[in-house]
Amino acid sequence: MSYEQPDARGHFGPYGGRFVAETLMGPLADLERAYAQARIDPVFQAELAADFRDYVGRPSPLYLAERLTADAGGARIYLKREDLNHTGAHKVNNTIGQALLAKRMGKKRLIAETGAGQHGVATATVAARLGLACVVYMGAEDIARQAPNVRRMRLLGAEVVSVTLGSRTLKDAMNEAMRDWATTVDETFYVIGTVSGPHPYPAMVRDFQAVIGEEARRQFLEREGRLPEALVACVGGGSNAMGLFYAFLGDPGVDLYGVEAAGKGLASGLHAAPLTAASGRGVLHGARSYLMFDADGQIRDTHSISAGLDYPGVGPEHAWLKDIGRARYVAVDDKMALAAFHRLTRLEGILPALESSHALAYAHDLAARLGREAALIVNLSGRGDKDVESVAAYEEAQTCRA
Amino acid sequence: MSRIKGVFAALKGQRAALIPFIAGGDPGLTATVPVMHALVRAGADLIEVGMPFSDPMADGPAIQRAHQRALAAGATTRAVIDQVAAFRHDDSRTPVILMGYVNPVETMGYEAFAHACQAAGVDGVILVDMPPEEAAEWRDCAARAGIDTIFLLSPTTPAERLASISAASTGFLYYVALKGVTGASHLNVADVAARLAVVRALSAWPVGVGFGIRDPHSAAEVGRFADAVIVGSAIVERMAAKKTMNEMLADVEGFVRDLRAALPAHASRMSP
Repeated sequence: MSYEQPDARGHFGPYGGRFVAETLMGPLADLERAYAQARIDPVFQAELAADFRDYVGRPSPLYLAERLTADAGGARIYLKREDLNHTGAHKVNNTIGQALLAKRMGKKRLIAETGAGQHGVATATVAARLGLACVVYMGAEDIARQAPNVRRMRLLGAEVVSVTLGSRTLKDAMNEAMRDWATTVDETFYVIGTVSGPHPYPAMVRDFQAVIGEEARRQFLEREGRLPEALVACVGGGSNAMGLFYAFLGDPGVDLYGVEAAGKGLASGLHAAPLTAASGRGVLHGARSYLMFDADGQIRDTHSISAGLDYPGVGPEHAWLKDIGRARYVAVDDKMALAAFHRLTRLEGILPALESSHALAYAHDLAARLGREAALIVNLSGRGDKDVESVAAYEEAQTCRA
Repeated sequence: MSRIKGVFAALKGQRAALIPFIAGGDPGLTATVPVMHALVRAGADLIEVGMPFSDPMADGPAIQRAHQRALAAGATTRAVIDQVAAFRHDDSRTPVILMGYVNPVETMGYEAFAHACQAAGVDGVILVDMPPEEAAEWRDCAARAGIDTIFLLSPTTPAERLASISAASTGFLYYVALKGVTGASHLNVADVAARLAVVRALSAWPVGVGFGIRDPHSAAEVGRFADAVIVGSAIVERMAAKKTMNEMLADVEGFVRDLRAALPAHASRMSP
């Protein structure tokens, strides 16, 4: 299969593009040029590879979860252990890449939006290491439910700005980060945390995250001498999924499953699953993609137990992969994700992030369906330490109601 | 001649046009038409009306809150267009420009939106997050409906983009006076004047200047060299501060009158 996306102007079929105010058009063109040069520069690539190895701890292991496999009663379930990366999630692969680029471009200040706080922590981390100033925008609601990550960011020297307008979650944090960037473009590099936003971000973030799938493909081949039947990854904006999928796009025998957050159920409307619910296609945060909005085009409030998936849009490349049928998108609700969170913790001694728990929940069912001869890889995109308090609070609330 | 062309032609060599901005449907739908008439009484030459959007990324807090108030009061894109139609019952002369974001317009459909604008007597549209590169289909629909497409220029616009933005625009060009969002307060008038000279060398369109113009003093400074002065957040903030409709109308009218009175006469300039 020939797959060359995006086109020169950042379009994945009808998706993507560059829908921003004029003030950001020049800076995005500068970024595109700088990234195009860095991408083919052996010095940049060597620096990135060294950081991946010595600072992040790559390659991350590919772990056969035997007790989880036995519990599911079907295909062998392998976990790509992005939770073991420095800072505890896949996010750092991207922030290291973008921060090295920021340094090349002479920028002195990093800004970021964050939902669960993992991207904020990963940005604050690389900012500390490179001696750059760092401001992280975070919705007021997310600040409350991901307090440990807020404390980590502040320890790392970042300023965490609480966003109180709008729905007070990830989408509003991204609005605020874009406003900051439009005001401070000369000295600031905006580190977008997912495969969303205006061109070149979706392609650039994918490229930095592609190391996940490149390693997983090699590791699986070494282990099993063949390719897996399926890959499973959670999708909010979709960077960990894109990172895992990308190296396998040309392997037609490998099915790709993106798992969105069904929240309180797709029928309730309280979810964050624009692809699965086949909401309309629209424009938000610089790109055209599947998007949740009302009859007047106003962006709808979303819901997920997981702050990192609580977003009304999705990266444009996922929209394209859905339309061409290369990847399938499904959704898992809060309760199923929570069950998967506990299951992995008790069976394997691995505490997964609530985001990744969505992928684990779907993989459990899929493994049973595929049967014992098959094997699949789940991207364990992050660890769940940050979620311990909010899981307890959620379950307490459920108990009180019952 | 279109209403927008007519206004700029009539003011050429006289003074800058004054373009106040209000958020459509703020604080409620019934406020919009009376406020528009008050703006005209105060001396507005064109009126810019914001279409509400849940995520106005290029706007500062004042206009964000105005959009939120409008949405909470039930404003929609269609309802704002209807207010313009109601305004046109009593005013067939003052050009009206709608300003908004892409998603609500795409949701209605470019063609349906352009037709609705035409039927209501809207003269031009600014879509903040739609640069000319993504606007081919929208420009076709707007052109067929006789709606001007006004694109933005900013301090970060590279020289090579100026000509292509000018070519995609009709009516006038909107120069964003500063790096930032609406309502910012770090306007540097000398920088704007210098950039405008560059723009004028590459484009024959009138150039309106907005962002950061908050009072009669800054309106006067920018009005010395701009073809139009656009004031938004300062008006929206005053509207938010008043409790009754009558207080609000009187206050807005007085403020806009002061802005208009501050605009200096233009030394007659040779046509470009």
